[in-house]
Amino acid sequence: MKMQIELNNRKLEAESGETILSVAKRAGINIPTLCYLEHLKPAGRCRICVVEVDGRKDLVPSCSFPVSDGMKIHTHSPRVLEARKNLIELMLANHPDDCLYCNRNSNCDLRQLADQLGVRERELVHVEPHFEIDNSSPSLVRDPNKCILCGKCVRVCEEIQGVAAIELLGRGFESFVGVENNKNLATSRCINCGQCILACPTGALTEKSQIQDVIDALNDPEKYVVVQHAPAISVTLAEEFGVEAGIDVDGAMVAALRRMGFDKVFDTSFTADLTIMEEGSELVSRIVNGGKLPMLTSCSPGWIKFVEQFYPDFTGNLSTCKSPQQMMGAIIKRIFAQREDIDPAKIFSVSIMPCTAKKFEAGRPEMGENGIQDVDVVLTTRELGRLLRMYGIDIRNIEPEQADSPFGERTTAGKIFGATGGVMEAALRTGYYLVTGELMEHLEITPVRGLDGIKESKIKVGDLELGVAVASSLSKARILLDEVKKGRSDLHFIEVMTCPGGCVAGGGQPIGTNVDKIKARSQALYKLDDSETMRMSHENPSVKKLYEDYLGKPLSEKSHHLLHTHYEKRPI
Amino acid sequence: MIEEKKVLTRHVGVPGMEKVDAYMNDGGYKGLKNALDKKPQDIIEEVKKSFLRGRGGAGFPTGFKWSFIPKEKTKPHYIICNADEGEPGTFKDRVIMENDPLLLIEGMTIAGYALQCDMGFIYIRGEFRKIAEKLETAIENARNANLLGKNILGKGFNFDILVMRGAGAYICGEETALIESLEGKRGEPRMKPPFPAVEGLYKCPTIVNNVETLACIPIIMQSNGKSFKDMGTFQSAGTKLYGISGHVNNPGVYEYPMGTNLKDLIEQAAGGVKDGKKLKAVIPGGLSAPILKADEIDLDMDFDACIKAGTMLGSGGVIVMDETTSIPEVAKSTIDFFVHESCGQCTPCREGLHKIQETLTKMMAGEGDENSLKTIFKIAKTIKGTTLCPLGDAGAMALEAMVTKFRDEFEALNK
Repeated sequence: MKMQIELNNRKLEAESGETILSVAKRAGINIPTLCYLEHLKPAGRCRICVVEVDGRKDLVPSCSFPVSDGMKIHTHSPRVLEARKNLIELMLANHPDDCLYCNRNSNCDLRQLADQLGVRERELVHVEPHFEIDNSSPSLVRDPNKCILCGKCVRVCEEIQGVAAIELLGRGFESFVGVENNKNLATSRCINCGQCILACPTGALTEKSQIQDVIDALNDPEKYVVVQHAPAISVTLAEEFGVEAGIDVDGAMVAALRRMGFDKVFDTSFTADLTIMEEGSELVSRIVNGGKLPMLTSCSPGWIKFVEQFYPDFTGNLSTCKSPQQMMGAIIKRIFAQREDIDPAKIFSVSIMPCTAKKFEAGRPEMGENGIQDVDVVLTTRELGRLLRMYGIDIRNIEPEQADSPFGERTTAGKIFGATGGVMEAALRTGYYLVTGELMEHLEITPVRGLDGIKESKIKVGDLELGVAVASSLSKARILLDEVKKGRSDLHFIEVMTCPGGCVAGGGQPIGTNVDKIKARSQALYKLDDSETMRMSHENPSVKKLYEDYLGKPLSEKSHHLLHTHYEKRPI
Repeated sequence: MIEEKKVLTRHVGVPGMEKVDAYMNDGGYKGLKNALDKKPQDIIEEVKKSFLRGRGGAGFPTGFKWSFIPKEKTKPHYIICNADEGEPGTFKDRVIMENDPLLLIEGMTIAGYALQCDMGFIYIRGEFRKIAEKLETAIENARNANLLGKNILGKGFNFDILVMRGAGAYICGEETALIESLEGKRGEPRMKPPFPAVEGLYKCPTIVNNVETLACIPIIMQSNGKSFKDMGTFQSAGTKLYGISGHVNNPGVYEYPMGTNLKDLIEQAAGGVKDGKKLKAVIPGGLSAPILKADEIDLDMDFDACIKAGTMLGSGGVIVMDETTSIPEVAKSTIDFFVHESCGQCTPCREGLHKIQETLTKMMAGEGDENSLKTIFKIAKTIKGTTLCPLGDAGAMALEAMVTKFRDEFEALNK
């Protein structure tokens, strides 16, 4: 039902059931929020979005308050502005005064609101930081002192990821976000996805920064420093330099990495292609030989820990393929090193990932050999942005260069790994060829594209009707797994990306959860796929050559040793 | 002379009232029998006619609240009795539950029938362990007499009651926090709308009523709404339990017609200020109610008159303070209470109350300055009207009234 309302003395039409915040947004009026998360039920905790409604004594939270016919609303009245300013002052009085040193000093919502609302004086006495910082996790750092208790991290972890590693503990002024039973993140069921970081309005949640390790390696003449960059980095890195979302800067990024002193720049999309060869063959083999189905993708390390913890019965369904990062790591230290005659111990292998869970993955004991980890350090997109700025390199102003050969060569199938559904699409393109010996008529498999949490399709491959499903976010993955658990048997292959939207929206990406940005980033990947000619992983000449020179064929013994792994049940 | 009217307290001191026979011999369950002969909607109408207003503190008209429950039943309905009596200065509900548990149970059963409920819950303050046990005994007795359970009194109505004990959080007396707690979650208030009558316990239509409110229901149904209304004063309906504590000669719970004069209550019911001292101040309705000065107590104790006087009837817990009382000390214990009981969910209550506490603590240690009172007023103003639930508001209003009305005592701390 349509209704008439008045917003700041402007007559507007609104839908019944719509919130004041939603109407204001449409009308171009910006009401600040701190605890509001699009697509989740409003929490109403922060109270920053309060507005004045004629005839009501109390201010109302616009994030949750529904409009009613004839309602007269004032979003920026003197009373509202004073309340918002005072609320920010209260938050600041209980927040460390160390903005100059804070990881989030350039994009902190609290700091920006203090600025917008004109907080210029310290009227309130400041509370000294008194919480211990949780540094235990290989992926995340949690500083409860900087927490304003908006609860977004808790809700993302529980409602979007279905993990619930962190929760609100304590009461009143002693409330804090923590891990049950006084555990820390490392011993918690946290899957290291970092979605909480993207949602955090302040610096209370950040990635475990490893920038210094990389700088030290670059400065060490004894070290041969190799870097790989994931498919989703080139379409998000520019945002760290203030460029709009969805611009691909692949060549500029490669050039920038060389300027910083990396000896080799490889593209993880190469091992994404390799993953497709192995994983596609594995799927065919499972179907032909009666292996465990549905097969589940294994490139997203948050998802892997999730299965090991919450669905240990499904570890046998996970593809044994290592993730593209770890395949590249193994190739660099074991094949590349041998070929170039470099002592693997002297190679320092860095990967740039859209992901905080990759930091955890790189540290898994099985991801190495003879006491040498295949990947030494993982940097997020955000950390790379910081590193480039430190080195005085502006991604907007640098001549593009090609990645190093041979492990810098990729098809667009490997590139679209960065978006939800991309692995599935790439796998189907090659899988179809492997089974039928023919090419698919349409390479674009649109049912698996887009930001829906669960996407499904039936694909005719020869005589077989292949049932495929794609889940992005782990709450959605739960739905699919529970269906399979209950006996659903029409699915052969399920792609799961831990982060909603896939790696373009990974926990290591530029801060924020804006859906339009995520769409633009995915579009940039599909645009590359549209404009290039090498679009199937099995066409990658360097991948072919790797098989000829070293691996033999997919699923060979060498492949198994180098490119495959195993999983085990983890206690929660 | 004001006259006590023992309706809800008529069995105070009479042993054995948890037994169905004893309770029935004195007119018990007449209300339920009458009710089961009526249509649910007619009971709601009768309660509306009684002008009964919620006795938990807010004074919302009970019949009106009940009418929000969906007429068409598509999901289970629940009635919850809020027995989380925790407001400082309030100790009336326990008197009903201790002395006349079946009165409450009968009231809930009638409410359950009127609201088409499948189940009722008594959410009782955790510290009231003995009372909870007594209620459970009384429920068992009622069940054995077919006054609870399946096909009650052969009228085809199924209803039962479960006693649930809280875990010591004042905020769980707020109806939506109570529901969260009942569901096994953190006791944090929910945002309204949706109201519990639409989406309450387990997302089902739910009515939450105070003990005293529900105890009035059998009285209404024994006769009718009008006769209940007539028990009150000209302006107000029914009787009210006033719990009088502090510096009086005879502290206790007294039942008088709603709207009885506060001064009379203190002087006649409670025997006046102790040891012949002079009266200084009165908090008329539990700690949340803004304080009154000695010259403000010629006041009819009902909802509207109290609001008009800038305070609240609240729970009817009257706290009397004599001339020796330090109001800053009262303010300090008040803010300590609210800071301790704030759930921490919303910013103004969590941060604001703490800031007021911090400022007041400094003032009392002689470390305040000319800005201290300004800070208290500023924060109280911020809290009022921005909080998620009434707790922060209540704390801010209580503090603001103390500082405003006894400003000289607070200013003296800075000298």
